[in-house]
Amino acid sequence: MTIRERRRNAPAGTRSTRPGSRIARLKDDLGGWLFVAPATILVLGLSVFPAVWAFLLSLQEWDGFSEPEFIGGGNYSELLTDEDFFAAAQHTGLYTALFVPMSVLAGLFLAVALNRKIRFIGLYRTAIFVPFVASAAATGILSTYLFSPQYGLVNNVLRSLGLPTQGWLEDQAQAMLVIAIMSLWGQAAFTTVLYLAALQDVPAELMEAATLDGASRWQRFWQVVWPQLAPVTVFTAIWQTIGAIQLFDLVYTTTRGGPLDATKTIVYYLWEKAFRSLEFGYGSAVAYVLFGLTLLVTIGVVVYSRRRGTEAF
Amino acid sequence: MTTLVENATDAAEAAVRPLDRRRKGRRPSGWHLVLAPIALLFAIPFAQMFLAALSPAAELIQYPPPFIPSRLDLGGFTGLFGETDVLRWMVNTMLVSASAIVSHLVLCSLAGYGFARLRFRGRTFGIFAIIGTIMIPTQLLMIPTYILFSRLGLVDGLGAAIVPWLASAFGIFLMRQFFLSIPGELEEAGRIDGANRWQVFWHVVLPLAKPALATLAIFTLLSSWNDLVWPLIAINDEDAFTLQLGLANFQSTRRTQWELLMAGNVVATLPLILFFLFAQKQFVATMTLSGMKG
Repeated sequence: MTIRERRRNAPAGTRSTRPGSRIARLKDDLGGWLFVAPATILVLGLSVFPAVWAFLLSLQEWDGFSEPEFIGGGNYSELLTDEDFFAAAQHTGLYTALFVPMSVLAGLFLAVALNRKIRFIGLYRTAIFVPFVASAAATGILSTYLFSPQYGLVNNVLRSLGLPTQGWLEDQAQAMLVIAIMSLWGQAAFTTVLYLAALQDVPAELMEAATLDGASRWQRFWQVVWPQLAPVTVFTAIWQTIGAIQLFDLVYTTTRGGPLDATKTIVYYLWEKAFRSLEFGYGSAVAYVLFGLTLLVTIGVVVYSRRRGTEAF
Repeated sequence: MTTLVENATDAAEAAVRPLDRRRKGRRPSGWHLVLAPIALLFAIPFAQMFLAALSPAAELIQYPPPFIPSRLDLGGFTGLFGETDVLRWMVNTMLVSASAIVSHLVLCSLAGYGFARLRFRGRTFGIFAIIGTIMIPTQLLMIPTYILFSRLGLVDGLGAAIVPWLASAFGIFLMRQFFLSIPGELEEAGRIDGANRWQVFWHVVLPLAKPALATLAIFTLLSSWNDLVWPLIAINDEDAFTLQLGLANFQSTRRTQWELLMAGNVVATLPLILFFLFAQKQFVATMTLSGMKG
């Protein structure tokens, strides 16, 4: 009996009841693929195939109309000296540095606050979770109005408190902060829910033991609960970082990269290059650099957390 | 044996457990002082949206504008439905989301079941390839997909908004994990009774999959309804705009008509808000599993 046959005859799942028959086996194959083929073809056809194509494009200079020209690594070496690209990378870095710690800490804090049975807790949870359904376009319009220097609620509050009003989205130094705050509004629910789930899994015995040992509430949190939450922290940090370096929607619906390019992120730059200047080859090279960056971040965090003995994956 | 979906549902239950009645004689928790202001802060943007949509236009560009309008005015909505194609965009979005949900539920549960339960050559390769594609960022696919769609003639209709949402790696993976978790004896019983694969799938397995299907439907609804990137790059024809694309476009064409912009915002967001309020538990379960926003 070959290994393959033995595996086939292992008692698992649905398979033909006539072992050894070649036709039965073909029937199994065909039957299986009839189930999986439509979705598999769609998913692979719209991901693997374009991903390979994007790589080929990144080695060409092409505007979509004229004859594409093969230039090898030309696009990539041009990227190395492209100041606009580095500026975009810096803006993306700024957003990531603002957004990721904010969203992880907010998730942790909100989860701890919401993880108790008090009156109105359902109301509090709903208020914090509902913004999750807001689209980038909706959030964009809301941000533009709330932070409008003239009519915005935020400046109104500052004014009535006697504080100086700000330019917000129209101020180069503040625009990214506003975008990060509004992203947080829409996404706090996600990190909060993950932390809430993890908090429920902290063993009660551990807490009791710590209480018996005379640990204060504060000590119990940092010495007992926080280490238990480490896998979630690693996971949310990676997930939010990947999301942050791919920021595009909210920039498009608020500042369109402005003021003076201050919020132009890598993906916004990619979009402009590809769909405004029709530099498909160069845009694809930017996309591959972004992909590489994403992989690096993921691998980096996973290796770091493995070293420290935190199993997140 | 617990599964992905069950875990998520448990977490969701924990997260939205109905409020506990406070026992008499206990003093109110100090956490109210923390939670009430935060909840209020989170509620402000949507409150602003509804109030501004119902404000007289002049009050929104008054200096300073009142947060609560002096009277209710439906001018934003009449302007929105009278002057713009928002109705058409709404129908478009509904078509996109409906076809995305139906197609996702059918194709991903079929594939998920196949990969979990059927034995055929190429199965392991297939499932690994699909999981691998989860790592590929959308941005990498934008340019070739746009070229592909324009060659297939999809860019001037709704096709470009629909096709990317017909199936997803996440959906297949989710359904596979679910089907792996249900006991095989049920299917064997069905086979012994003489049912073929399809009958077992349709009559025995699928009815058990309702929680997973609900999660998948919500995931698909949220991501297809709110999607901006695909319509933005691949729809040129204003008749084929989705609500999100139309809204994003308003920002440059109707920049100062705040009552109209906010009314459009309400039209695009209210269905999801209501749905969220009615199915909060399922939404939270979906959130735990995906984190698809970003």
